[in-house]
Amino acid sequence: MKFNLLTAREITNLVKEKKVSAYEVTKDIFSQIDRIENKIKAFLYIDRENALKQAKNIDEKIKKGEKIPYLAGVALTVKDILAVKGMETTCGSKILKRFISPYNATVINALKEAGAIIIGKANMDEFAMGSSTENSAFFTTHNPWDLERVPGGSSGGSAAAVAADETHVALGTDTGGSVRQPASFCGIVGLKPTYGRVSRYGLVAYASSLDQIGPLTKNVEDSAIMMNVISGQDKKDSTSANLEVPDYLESCKVGIKGLKIGIPNEYFIEGLDKEVKLAIDNALKLYEKMGAEIEEVSLPHTEYSLPTYYLIATAEASSNLARYDGVQYGYRTKNYTDLSSLYRKTRSEGFGSEVKRRIMLGTYALSSGYYDDYYLKAQKVRTLIKQDFDRAFEKYDVLITPTAPTPAFKLNEKVNDPLTMYLSDIYTIPVNLAGIPAISINCGYSKNNLPIGLQIIGKPFDEKTIIQAAYNFEQNSQLKKRKPDINLPEVKEEVE
Amino acid sequence: MKEKVVIGLEVHIQLMTDTKMFCNCSTDYIGKEPNTNTCPVCLGLPGALPVLNRKVIEYAVKTGLALNCKVNTVSKFHRKNYFYPDSPKAYQISQFDIPLNINGYIDIPRENSNKENRRIGITRIHIEEDAGKLVHEETDDSVSTYSLVDYNRCGIPLAEIVTEPDFRSPEEARVFLMMLRNIVQHLGVCDGNMEEGSMRCDANISICDSKTGKLGTKTEVKNMNSFRSVKKALEYEVKRQMKILEDGEKVIQETRRWDEERNVTISMRSKEEAHDYRYFPEPDLPPLKIDVKMIEKIRNNLPELPEARKKRFVNIYKLSEYDANILTSSKAIGDYYENAALIYKNRKILSNWIMGELMRFLNEEKIDIEQSPISPENLIEMLKLIDKGVISGKIAKEVFEKMYKTGSNASQIVKENGITQITNEIELIEIIEKVIKDNPKSVKDFNEGKEKALNFLIGQVMRYTKGRAKPDFVFDAIKKRLNKDL
Repeated sequence: MKFNLLTAREITNLVKEKKVSAYEVTKDIFSQIDRIENKIKAFLYIDRENALKQAKNIDEKIKKGEKIPYLAGVALTVKDILAVKGMETTCGSKILKRFISPYNATVINALKEAGAIIIGKANMDEFAMGSSTENSAFFTTHNPWDLERVPGGSSGGSAAAVAADETHVALGTDTGGSVRQPASFCGIVGLKPTYGRVSRYGLVAYASSLDQIGPLTKNVEDSAIMMNVISGQDKKDSTSANLEVPDYLESCKVGIKGLKIGIPNEYFIEGLDKEVKLAIDNALKLYEKMGAEIEEVSLPHTEYSLPTYYLIATAEASSNLARYDGVQYGYRTKNYTDLSSLYRKTRSEGFGSEVKRRIMLGTYALSSGYYDDYYLKAQKVRTLIKQDFDRAFEKYDVLITPTAPTPAFKLNEKVNDPLTMYLSDIYTIPVNLAGIPAISINCGYSKNNLPIGLQIIGKPFDEKTIIQAAYNFEQNSQLKKRKPDINLPEVKEEVE
Repeated sequence: MKEKVVIGLEVHIQLMTDTKMFCNCSTDYIGKEPNTNTCPVCLGLPGALPVLNRKVIEYAVKTGLALNCKVNTVSKFHRKNYFYPDSPKAYQISQFDIPLNINGYIDIPRENSNKENRRIGITRIHIEEDAGKLVHEETDDSVSTYSLVDYNRCGIPLAEIVTEPDFRSPEEARVFLMMLRNIVQHLGVCDGNMEEGSMRCDANISICDSKTGKLGTKTEVKNMNSFRSVKKALEYEVKRQMKILEDGEKVIQETRRWDEERNVTISMRSKEEAHDYRYFPEPDLPPLKIDVKMIEKIRNNLPELPEARKKRFVNIYKLSEYDANILTSSKAIGDYYENAALIYKNRKILSNWIMGELMRFLNEEKIDIEQSPISPENLIEMLKLIDKGVISGKIAKEVFEKMYKTGSNASQIVKENGITQITNEIELIEIIEKVIKDNPKSVKDFNEGKEKALNFLIGQVMRYTKGRAKPDFVFDAIKKRLNKDL
């Protein structure tokens, strides 16, 4: 058996039953990385030595009879936008190359304490700005289902690593769909928690009022156990909510008879791929069969989501990214004559074009004379979008939509056309604007054997219900669990 | 002067909390090794987030209440964006459209008049974080090609007090600042040290046309590092603007820097070069909500403020308005007086010595009373020596000077210098006899009814004894002796 192929839940059970050591599991993870990472290129940084050491430590504790931690032996890959003490935290940007974080993000502390083993840092679109991971300053990550295609983004490295069995679980961040869209493209599960559910301390800010950390996992159970570890109030994040956190794994197991599902009309429009629509329709039929009640619902301000997002997110980004100026840390230009040229050249040379585009857009939106027309107006529309959801949730428990309009697209297909690229987040962005939770699960495959994602959107802080709905679908779906071709040899070995 | 001077102030005070505004770093940064008093939060490292120190709110609310402000139960934080190396995040967390305190005032005395006070309006008091400090290395002759930055001060909590343009003269602005310092010192929220930068002041100044009543173009003056330089800089700026207007030219809207060495203001940047700070609501901090109960609790626990203290000094210590005013003009002077008054009952004598000798010495050396080499206890010990007749008032002044210079106590000095009063009457009578013998003319004058001559003779005795004679005794003894002759 290759332990890298298992889920986190399976691993923790085996480790608890002492059927396998954390060290053996971790060894398998690295042999998979050795085998296929040169094709996938999911990692910016791999910490083999420390990971194996950490695994040995856990094994020793278990030997001594100490309490076995919740995630003992689980391989964790961290999007390179989260601070891990002693590791580079580049955010996929040249401007932070060689920047080593002196502290851990709150979620990292929680996961380490729970016995997760950090394998390395995952590739991403620079500062989480992008939908294909092609905006990484370092290299492109390939979709394990089709190496000619993008893994989605911005958490593309995290998603690809999970899909390619190079890790059991991964952390991503989701500002406009950056966990859910790559999960959809890579055929895995991605959850964006309610804004405030998970501490953002140690998440390098892109758009502070939208950013949330979320898990990327092989199935819904793993998503639930990850949420059990990372959720909850953190004194270091003033926007984290002081609310009880339920046991998400327990709540998975409840049936969904009578669940009221709303289907937003505005999400099934031109631009939605036929195969995606078919997969969603089929999924809805299954939900009906499981006893859910399905109705159409209107979210009238949906069409304003994209422009609203690109004003608010970029405005915040223009401020959040201003600190990368070559003074304190990170990249500094070689040739400068005075302070202003130090700033100008460092930032011109250090940032990629998409980041610069968004910084300029955001700076403009906040400038005196334009603030009211752009930033302020966008905030007002954001409220309207949120109210759309509030109204829908008066009647429905969850909303179901496609995660993305299409399956994974080809590398270089949209890289020179930002507007088309932006459209791939059209179904995920409104959720961030409303601050509510959503999960993306696999609901089928295209004729080209590309995964298709289904998004379940929930009420604020009601991750429990979307996890339930996702788990029930996963359990009852007749979909044969497929693995990307790249893993077929391993599946064969398993037969022996 | 027909034209009306219009001045408004923006005063920053550092709030003396134990820890910084948004992290757990100490606020005790002065003199520390550069960049050691920092953490990921105040360094603005990627991923770090601010968490508001509740003590900052308490101190700022205290300040607002003491300055008669309305405290907003909901206020907001904004980001003020600007690029400069002293700001590690390239923005300052501040407040913008809804500050913590609004609509307050301080009443200041009118210049050269005992008429009712003038009310200076306080537009707002908001809270924000301090920046780091740039250190420009001095090299021999050549201009340094680099600067160093020290982030130890980053995140120290500040309250910015913005006044209405209510000042009509530089002196009013100075008086206001002194009163403000006195209030924040009494509150215990700021030590008010302008030289060390715990209190900083910028001023907006313009000349109003008296005929049309139209406000002139204003300039902003920065870098005034003492109460004296505020007055000097504003006086300079008034003259400069008047001259421009007299010459029929126009004042340019700009920011000017006070140059302490050259006693001039120098242009820093024009209106066109002014920053666009691109304020927007700080997404990392929720709106600041303050419970009305908390405000009332703070109001009920406000310490005694200078005005009340002054009244108490008049009532309890029976001091004149004038004396009480001076003795409560700073927290430290008031504390000094009260510490002394606790152990010495003749409060008027006490106030005379503090306001006279002590202040004279302190002012000469520009020392604050906290650093006075003479403690209240030592001062009282000296006063008691006078009361006991060990030293005369005149000698006491010499003793006082020695105490000030050496820091030792009065009895020690008296002992070491042998300057106790001559209480031996036989010894004194011998001296009197000698003085009478040496000054027959004065004796004659006295006998002819010229009382003044007596004073001269007493003076001679005092001179002879180097002031160590007891004046009462000498007076009686000479008078007796001369009357006997008659």
